[in-house]
Amino acid sequence: MAGAALFMSSYAADACNISARVSIVGNEFPAIQTVGAGAQKCVGADVATNLTADHQKINLAGMSGNPAEYTSAIIANSSIVALMNDDVIRPIDELVAKHGKNLKKNQLITINGKIMAVAFMANAQHLIYREDVLNKVGVKAPATYEEMLSAAKKIRAAGIMENPVGGAYKSGWNLAQEFNNMFLGFGGEHFKAGSAMPNVNSEAGVKALNMMKSLSEYMNPDFLTHDSNATNAEFRAGNVALMNMWGSRAATLLDADGISQDVKDGFNSAGPMTVGGGSTAASTLWWDGWTVAKNISDAEAESTFIAMMNGIDPAILSDPEVAKQAVWLLDGYKPTEAARGVFAAAQMNTIPYPMLPYMGLMHSALGAELSDFMQGKETAEKALADVEAAYNASAKEKGFM
Amino acid sequence: MKHRTFFWFFLPTGLAMLLFIALPILSVLFQSVHTPHEAVLIISENCGPFGCKEETTIDQEATKDLRLAEPMGRFVGLNIYFDRAHLAVEQVRDAWQSSDSFASFFDEISDLPFYRAMGFTLTYTFTVTPLLIILGLMIALSVNSLHRHLKGLVIFFSLLPMIVTPLIGSLILFWMFDSRGILGSFLQWIADDPDLSLKASTWHTWVMLIIYGVWHAAPFAFVVFYAGLQTLPQDQIESAQIDGASRWEQVRFVVIPHLMPLVTFVALIQLMDNFRVFEPIVGFNAEAHATSLSWIIFNDLGGETRQLSAAATTSVMTILGVAILLSPVLVRAWRDFKEKK
Repeated sequence: MAGAALFMSSYAADACNISARVSIVGNEFPAIQTVGAGAQKCVGADVATNLTADHQKINLAGMSGNPAEYTSAIIANSSIVALMNDDVIRPIDELVAKHGKNLKKNQLITINGKIMAVAFMANAQHLIYREDVLNKVGVKAPATYEEMLSAAKKIRAAGIMENPVGGAYKSGWNLAQEFNNMFLGFGGEHFKAGSAMPNVNSEAGVKALNMMKSLSEYMNPDFLTHDSNATNAEFRAGNVALMNMWGSRAATLLDADGISQDVKDGFNSAGPMTVGGGSTAASTLWWDGWTVAKNISDAEAESTFIAMMNGIDPAILSDPEVAKQAVWLLDGYKPTEAARGVFAAAQMNTIPYPMLPYMGLMHSALGAELSDFMQGKETAEKALADVEAAYNASAKEKGFM
Repeated sequence: MKHRTFFWFFLPTGLAMLLFIALPILSVLFQSVHTPHEAVLIISENCGPFGCKEETTIDQEATKDLRLAEPMGRFVGLNIYFDRAHLAVEQVRDAWQSSDSFASFFDEISDLPFYRAMGFTLTYTFTVTPLLIILGLMIALSVNSLHRHLKGLVIFFSLLPMIVTPLIGSLILFWMFDSRGILGSFLQWIADDPDLSLKASTWHTWVMLIIYGVWHAAPFAFVVFYAGLQTLPQDQIESAQIDGASRWEQVRFVVIPHLMPLVTFVALIQLMDNFRVFEPIVGFNAEAHATSLSWIIFNDLGGETRQLSAAATTSVMTILGVAILLSPVLVRAWRDFKEKK
């Protein structure tokens, strides 16, 4: 209690004063809650937050009006695209020069020479595994998906687990993301160079799908309904020994009731895996950051910037609970044990999730069309041709082709 | 009623209908024939925590003038209606020309989002609606013959499935049917197949959704029929009994004809409701096996890049679908009205 009080008072010391309203919309995981709470410590004007898993459904609508309802949206490299496509966020070069001197250069998201967002954390999917189970069958942590398959085969053969592989393969966004990982790992590129023409119906695409199919044979047969929450639940229940999981969830994976001691002791993490003899990790790098709305007064924009800077004040890292919440990009952050996988992903030069105006449409098309292949209803080539056809229809509608 | 009196009587309702029904439909129609402007794309250098990269972005300055000149976007007529995500005219024609049998034609067609959704939606609508009417009638008849002390309690419990929010109801069943859930494990034990998974097979998923649909909507039919049974003329039942009619014959020749207008009413409401099937698909995470028009709208609006025109088009098609579905009933109502006049 005393520690908490001390912590609070250290905040009050470098008081944050603002003069106009601030309203923040964003996702609701712990690291973002911390940033929102930090922004709300500012005094002088009202700071409202709306942190919800449905943030993507409301942020664009809430920033399109004039004046905009939200003065800041917390977004990731995938979701900033929708806000830029509709021109609802403003360049913040002047505000950075005035109030953001402490920001590191790699926190500034620069698009066509203008700073459009400030990043505060990094994320990636990487391997999570049960060391005790792998020891029993005498293999070490897999560095490639091929090794993952052979380890899974041994675990099943030894009768330890029936379905030792976990994966967020839920039809829709998750399945598409797993395809993106594998596709990039095989050296694929989603679009023909310099255009919005799709390029997934390729050798890399077919190989990626076939690898996903092979993995799914070692997964719970309900895999097409499992998102990351369900996959984590399988791991916690001790049903899964190997999975590709988000770094932002790894830190809190064991913070649940009823997890057996075996799972707790055996838990371990490593970097993302490669596939098909390639050197590119079959994963993507992500950042989370905040933006400032375009359709608001300059006074509101300045207050928003100051409040958000207060939310990502490096002083928040002095709380060990906060330090553990994410791979922070803030000054003075020391990687915790839980951050190992994301750091390994960054060191392996994993490809960042593409920040292209039409990537969201490709992601939706992949999510809708790949489940037929995973169920064995059609060939990989047919599924990928369907993806391209679905993408073409939506890209034409949105004016990209 | 005089025309003048009727006018003033109807005016508030009419205004509300105009505002909340007619205008939104017009707006959706309007959106469905417009799409966003052609995006002006430029290559720019983008930097972030993971270094710099040449990437494509939208040139906002160049796009701005276009947007100001025509804020509604490009007029595209019925293009969106005919594209692959909707009626897929081109793909259907190709499939017709390239396939040598009806089976392979339907196979190709069912790969297209609209027809796949219609396949499930129509199957769902035309199995759930009759089943829930039959089940609702059976519950109403049994509850009606209970002792009056028991009735209140039984009615309360029979209504529960309808009171549960559809999304929550389907989530609960989804977990129970999980291969590690109580119903899923029970079915594995009965079938003597430890790998049995209802969620992994399209056929099982459809059956599960249909059972859910009947479970959820039967109480509605039950309440309506139960209310109808309270007005059943006792003298007709008694004369049927005197004529020696069995219980089944009484139901068949006295009760059902008496309830027929209510059956039409329930069928009408439920056809509309079931055609818009949505919550169970989300609740059961069933999108890999079953989709519906409402689900397509949700998916178009929920993606990282919202497709407003596509969603508007699907909405118009849903309205048309409901109209077609209800037309036999509406035609009949119109005829009755004419006759009375």
